[in-house]
Amino acid sequence: MEYMPPEPDIAPNGTQILCCQCAVPIEPNPSNMCVACLRAHVDITEGIPKQATLFFCRGCERYLQPPAEWLVCALESRELLAVCLKRLKGLNRVKLVDAGFAWTEPHSKRIKVKLTVQGEVMGGAVLQQTFVVEFVIQHQMCDACHRTEAQDYWRALVQVRQRANNRKTFYYLEQLILKHKAHANTLGIKPKHDGLDFFYTSENHAQKMVNFIQSVLPIKCQHSKKLISHDIHSNIYNYKFTFCVDIVPLSKDSVVCLPKKLTQTLGSISPICLVQRVTSTIHLIDAYTGQVCDLSSTQYWRYPFSPICNPKQLVEYIVMEIDILKEHEKKTFPGQGAVSSKHVLADVWVVKASELGLDVSPVHTKTHLGHILKPGDTVLGYNLGESNVNDVNLDKLNRDSIPDIYLVKKHYGERAARRRARAWKLRHMHEHPTSTTDDDYNEFLDDLEEDPTLRQHINIFKDENKIPVDTDEIDPTLPRITLAEMLDDLAIEDVDMTEV
Amino acid sequence: MAVRVQFENNNEVGVFSKLTNSYCLVAIGGSENFYSVFEAELADTIPVVHISIAGCRIIGRMTVANKNGLLVPSSTTDTELQHIRNSLPDTVKVQRVEERLSALGNVIACNDYVALVHPDLDKDTEEILADTLDVEVFRQTVAGNVLVGSYTALTNRGGMVHPKTTIQDQDELSSLLQVPLVAGTVNRGSDVVAAGLVVNDWSAFCGMDTTSTEISVIESVFKLNDAKPTAITSTMRASLIDSMS
Repeated sequence: MEYMPPEPDIAPNGTQILCCQCAVPIEPNPSNMCVACLRAHVDITEGIPKQATLFFCRGCERYLQPPAEWLVCALESRELLAVCLKRLKGLNRVKLVDAGFAWTEPHSKRIKVKLTVQGEVMGGAVLQQTFVVEFVIQHQMCDACHRTEAQDYWRALVQVRQRANNRKTFYYLEQLILKHKAHANTLGIKPKHDGLDFFYTSENHAQKMVNFIQSVLPIKCQHSKKLISHDIHSNIYNYKFTFCVDIVPLSKDSVVCLPKKLTQTLGSISPICLVQRVTSTIHLIDAYTGQVCDLSSTQYWRYPFSPICNPKQLVEYIVMEIDILKEHEKKTFPGQGAVSSKHVLADVWVVKASELGLDVSPVHTKTHLGHILKPGDTVLGYNLGESNVNDVNLDKLNRDSIPDIYLVKKHYGERAARRRARAWKLRHMHEHPTSTTDDDYNEFLDDLEEDPTLRQHINIFKDENKIPVDTDEIDPTLPRITLAEMLDDLAIEDVDMTEV
Repeated sequence: MAVRVQFENNNEVGVFSKLTNSYCLVAIGGSENFYSVFEAELADTIPVVHISIAGCRIIGRMTVANKNGLLVPSSTTDTELQHIRNSLPDTVKVQRVEERLSALGNVIACNDYVALVHPDLDKDTEEILADTLDVEVFRQTVAGNVLVGSYTALTNRGGMVHPKTTIQDQDELSSLLQVPLVAGTVNRGSDVVAAGLVVNDWSAFCGMDTTSTEISVIESVFKLNDAKPTAITSTMRASLIDSMS
């Protein structure tokens, strides 16, 4: 303790009095006591605790700042000093002049803080005193760690489901999520039967995810909540929220049969259509007339329908002869909807690849792929005439108006060859199990190569590991992704996904 | 000999009593303890009298007194004045003064010959003071304080002043008063010495908080230890020893 002399209001001129306690001659001061007696008499640090407790979470190595804040502080840091000082009551009655740490062994669970305070005593005398406060570190688990420990840290769940035969839509959704970083707040992603579960800490984050999916895919969403616990006294209710997101069960290259009412609203499009693409809306095309339409999710859910043929049923055909339709040969009628200008209608005569060389006459059909087909090409299509379809809408149609063969897309040869020629890759949220989904995934990659509109919303990266294939070996007709569309992979580490 | 005393748990005994060489005034208290201490010490030499001033007990601060006389403020009632006159020896002149600064004890410090007064004291009061108490009057301050009565305790043998009184001021005052002065405290460091201490030529009463250091200062400056046997031990001592040797 040191004595701080008050401002000398009378010039110090040698007046000395005896200290009233110990009779030592001193300069007069407001208490008229010598420093030693004053120290014995009053303690300005009275009421400031000399020992206190700090709470520390071992899981996340943070300190508790009461009432409920957890702060990351290094030992002997300013932040830790602030936490320590806030734990001391009674510091407001004195003036804090200096504070610092006294060294303690890091594993001793003790922190010593050396404080220097000034206080006014007995009508004006200012005393300065230095003392040490010892903090004992006690362990307490923070809320977040507690939840992790209890395996109970998600509050909201988004269940994304598609009742479809393949997972291409989910691969597309994954790429969209990666591009828009929509998974920033996600605690975990868990694959489920025909879908994915996304876990979140709060309902808001989940709602944000739902809104994102809504903006990129045609979906239907249901919301529900489950009461976990509640406190009637404080009116606190603890819920778990679930959003059930149903993606329209249509995938690219399926053939659908539209209900009659729906065709009327869509510019009298033919009921049997091909699903060209599924983005935020469903793009349909009629291969026989080239008429196209966009179907929104609300329209779909008002008149739901299911595919009558799926890509697994595709059959290879060989084009024997092709005849591009002239302008006057196209069928038009008043009230017809938009007709695609990117496709060319053609009369085509095809033979099943399996029956090639046998004595069968080519079957006539119409196609929208006139711009890419030439005699001798392989084309994939559905054999509607021979397939057994149970569909309410199809049953209502006249059998004669149903085409026998419905061509879908050109076949570009061996898949393995295409894989070898592929000089790009996609990023993933986590490693895919390379089992049955592999086929779906490769088909998805093929689709991306064939459809520039589909890939415009996703990021495609150069594959540096790919050994460049001699360009002479590659079929020049293969659809390719140009280098301009690819991004350099910055070798960004995948965002860590914790297991739910 | 200095005696520690309390007035109803209050250490400011100078507020509730007035001590001179010829009489002692004590406030009327709830208990007789305070009075008894004075009585025990003084009864065989001077009268100890219970009084009040304008119904108040703070008589030490309201009055100014020495062995020759007593000044009371104008607020003193006739009954009280009559009681005082009846109780005090006939040689003591009791006078009521019309003074704006009615706490006479705070503004005037005196012994039997000299008085220090507040610089703003009325001219008439000064004259009455000089006549009644038979003193020489000096307008002074003590350590920059105008309340000389509060910060000075005076007797014919010595005086104690505010602890911050400079050496020069002490010299000047002691040359005016013709008694030795010392800066000191009472009641464990209190600087209002006149409130914590009443003193006459042979006895002193101070607050219960007064430390032994303070008492020894008081006793030495007011020469209380050698009060009774003064003549023999001090003035006659040298000659006695001379003659005996």
